[in-house]
Amino acid sequence: MVLGTRKTSFDWLTIFFYVALVGIGWINIYSASLNDSTAGFFDMSQIYTKQLLFIFLSLFLIIFILAIDAKFYERFASVIFIVSLLSLLGLFVFGKNINGATSWYSFGSFGVQPSEFAKAATALALSKYVSDIQTNMQEFSHQLRSFLIIALPAIFIIPQPDPGSALIYAAFIFPLYREGLHGIYLLLGFFIVALFVSTLAFGVFWVAFGVLVVVGIIFLKNRKKRPNLLKYGAIALTCISFAFSVNYIFNNVFEQRHRDRFNIVLGKEVDTKGIGYNTNQSEIAIGSGGWFGKGWTQGTQTKGNFVPEQHTDYIFSTVGEEWGFAGSVLVVFLFIGLITRILVLAERQKNQFSRVYGYSVATILFFHFFVNIGMVSGLFPTVGIPLPFFSYGGSGLWGFTILVFIFVKLDASNFVNK
Amino acid sequence: MRKLLLLSIIIITGLIFIGRLFYLQIYDTSFQQLSENNAINIIYDYPQRGYMFDRNGKLLVSNQPSYDVMVIPREVKPLDTLEFCDLLRISKEDFISIFKKANVYSPRLPSPFIAQLNKEEYAYLSEKMHKYEGFYIQKRSLREYSVTHSANVLGFIAEVNPATIKKNPYYQMGELIGRQGIEQQYEEVLRGVKGVKYIQKDRFNRDIGPFKDGIFDTLPERGKDITLTIDERLQAYGEELFINKRGGIVAIEPSSGEILALVSAPYYDPSLLVGRERSKNYTKLYYDSIAKPTYDRGLNGEYPPGSPFKTLTGLIALQEDIIDLKETISCHGGYHYGGKKPLGCHHHKSPLSMTGGIANSCNAYFCTIYRRVIEKYPSPQEGVDNWRRHLSSFGLGDYVGIDMPSGRRGNIPSAKYYNAIYNYPNRKWYATATISNAIGQGEVLLTPMQMASFTAAIANRGFFYKPHLIKNIHIADTIPSKYSQKMITTIDPQHFEPVVQGMNDAYNYGTATALKIPDIEICGKTGTAENYTKIDGKRVQLTDHSVFIAFAPKDNPKIAIAVFVENGYWGSRWAGRIASLMIEKYIKGDITRTDMENYVLQGSLEAEYAKPLSGEPFNINQ
Repeated sequence: MVLGTRKTSFDWLTIFFYVALVGIGWINIYSASLNDSTAGFFDMSQIYTKQLLFIFLSLFLIIFILAIDAKFYERFASVIFIVSLLSLLGLFVFGKNINGATSWYSFGSFGVQPSEFAKAATALALSKYVSDIQTNMQEFSHQLRSFLIIALPAIFIIPQPDPGSALIYAAFIFPLYREGLHGIYLLLGFFIVALFVSTLAFGVFWVAFGVLVVVGIIFLKNRKKRPNLLKYGAIALTCISFAFSVNYIFNNVFEQRHRDRFNIVLGKEVDTKGIGYNTNQSEIAIGSGGWFGKGWTQGTQTKGNFVPEQHTDYIFSTVGEEWGFAGSVLVVFLFIGLITRILVLAERQKNQFSRVYGYSVATILFFHFFVNIGMVSGLFPTVGIPLPFFSYGGSGLWGFTILVFIFVKLDASNFVNK
Repeated sequence: MRKLLLLSIIIITGLIFIGRLFYLQIYDTSFQQLSENNAINIIYDYPQRGYMFDRNGKLLVSNQPSYDVMVIPREVKPLDTLEFCDLLRISKEDFISIFKKANVYSPRLPSPFIAQLNKEEYAYLSEKMHKYEGFYIQKRSLREYSVTHSANVLGFIAEVNPATIKKNPYYQMGELIGRQGIEQQYEEVLRGVKGVKYIQKDRFNRDIGPFKDGIFDTLPERGKDITLTIDERLQAYGEELFINKRGGIVAIEPSSGEILALVSAPYYDPSLLVGRERSKNYTKLYYDSIAKPTYDRGLNGEYPPGSPFKTLTGLIALQEDIIDLKETISCHGGYHYGGKKPLGCHHHKSPLSMTGGIANSCNAYFCTIYRRVIEKYPSPQEGVDNWRRHLSSFGLGDYVGIDMPSGRRGNIPSAKYYNAIYNYPNRKWYATATISNAIGQGEVLLTPMQMASFTAAIANRGFFYKPHLIKNIHIADTIPSKYSQKMITTIDPQHFEPVVQGMNDAYNYGTATALKIPDIEICGKTGTAENYTKIDGKRVQLTDHSVFIAFAPKDNPKIAIAVFVENGYWGSRWAGRIASLMIEKYIKGDITRTDMENYVLQGSLEAEYAKPLSGEPFNINQ
């Protein structure tokens, strides 16, 4: 292979998915933000007009990103990351508080949310570190440094407070796993989540009982291999004490609103007026769509503004109501299509940097999709993160656009590391 | 493995989401209804209910405005409770309990506080209403009755019940629906079609304009007026005659089947079921299990018809050709058969032919010819079924098809019926086992409506129309086609003359000589029907029912009538007199025999009705 060999064409399938999602997204924002005051189409005070402007500006952003040499992103990954971290830190000084979260820099009537851009920066930095010839994912100190890259922005974002956006950084565990991180971390993560949820759902007693039964069965099954009783005991004890600590954290560290969110999803509380209102109204809106929906701008729930934040985090409920099962499934397919396409392309990359970056893009998009649709359709607790390309907001749209198109550029160059 | 893990998680997530969407959008339809409830407000516009007129165009039922005092608990400010209660004529305890109830229903939505105030109460209240915040007056439409009779015919309107709402999605909670009588039967004609407006709501329950620019909205359509076949004067007179008596009158115009009068006594004023006292009054009427004022005896009372049934026995005998008009049969104080006790008869001239037999109501004559009719056929089964076939052609033993929501079939026994009773073929039965049918006793049961209907068929000499109450539906200008369809009986027209002559002779020299109407040729037949009740589980005979059928004039008849007086003893005593007065009233318009009228108006059977309830032994037929 010749050094610096260039593929000349961009992956049009990815671009198609992107355009389709942004287009459908805008159509739904238009419907969700439409009100009866007969504003002109180019009235800049209207949410859909603003979003149209953001989309228009994205076009310049895309051209800019694609024009820059692919190597730039690898070389300047660290710089971009540090700038991004500084922008997050700067919020504590210059940030503007909107809706209780200091997540914004304000420029006149427009605000910029640095956490939306930090994802791409983190992805670049992590790719750079992991693809370094010196880095070995089997080594503990390297693992620790990788985790630090992921954790730093998350730690800056949590106290804004915006725990939802911070949660997304957990997605980076997947690219690390792909690059050789031991499966035990994933498994551990999975167990922690499973123990956490089941403790809340069934109580400490039953979880402890379940742990003892499972560990006991495994122990008896392996008894011919003379298993170490101490080791099994330690595992069981850890699990049980974790369950106890979850109970403690849940009741003493969590705030009431967090507890409520979990309790509603776990079915422990029925509440359709207070904290459960959002999810309940969202389910009603989606459920009322039927097979083919009520038609564009005809959604009664959407028109009545029954779903709060419908043009941002809950935009999918508009899709569900106005386009029905057919439209919702199409959107799900488009997301799955985009994410798997990026994943497949990432596997094809000849250099590790592009591959890790592609993987990061796919998992970030996937986490957003997973958490947002899960929340809107009432499967998960309320976690305020946007649906990529759909939710209203310039920073969000640009953040995802940068994320995706850097990868489109990397894929188009497909260079081999020297 | 490392390459495929994320891919498989993504695909599984996609499938879970599609499953969840399927559940929300397709499988669980409760979300669709929820959406209708909280985003769309439906406002109904109720049209005027159609009026009712009698056959001469007199207004019977119209509408009146009524006023409900409504309350929105949350908006109520401290008020002078004492004065307010005084205005509404309620006690303070009532005020507190009604208010509590309304608050439990909803603090934000209006509940009725006091329903159905009349115009006077409204006028008094309206000037003071502004003082009481949270209360307001809502107008709605109620029935207004121009007459005090015919409650059983007209029916009433009431709030629709949840069972009906479930069956018929047209109705919403709190709407009014016709119940009983014409109000129920012609509900869809009278009510019209309500208008609907769909209003889009936002999450604060504010109107944000018509839903989809009002393309689903509809205008109300006024209910159609209807004209009934009832003659208002005759109906009023019939109820008047039945004072202190129980029973019923059915009067039919034979040439059309139109019901001129349908009286059921005891009766009540239809206005009792309108206004503030409605539920109290209704409960009183409904739970009166002794006099049963809400039970329409003319339609639902199944009684042994007694002697009037002999006219039909005679007609069938002539049609079956088992007797001629000259043949006479002697009566030795009754009909002797089977070696048992004879079926008794009263004193009269003997022997008699057909015409005389009807005029004098001879039991022996009709038992003889009935037996011949049955025994004409090889087996009693065939004989009874053939007999029944003739009676079915008069519409007996089945619903008469009247346009009322109630009614009974009566009973004309079939061979199958007797086979079951006598356990055939293990045990055989013969014509004599059914001999009481000949004189309208035994297993035969008819409603007064059926009796009037067959009287009309005799008056017409062989045909009739299904009795009905609808004369015209305005605007549509039609009535249901089944009421203009001529029903032909199995009896040839020439056989009717001797029977009609016999009924005429009942007035000339027979059982009804005292009931003649000057200048009107009238034909009738008395009847005295034995009946029983149960007291403490024992079967006890009560005083006979007084029964009478008649039509007039003899040629070109204008009215056919069946009168039925419970425990009135012999036929001409009460029923015959009432029939005679009714006919005179209808044909002449005035009553010339005021002494007879006074006798009926002043006569009371209340003492008779009290007997079985007294708990003491009593004598009957006095």
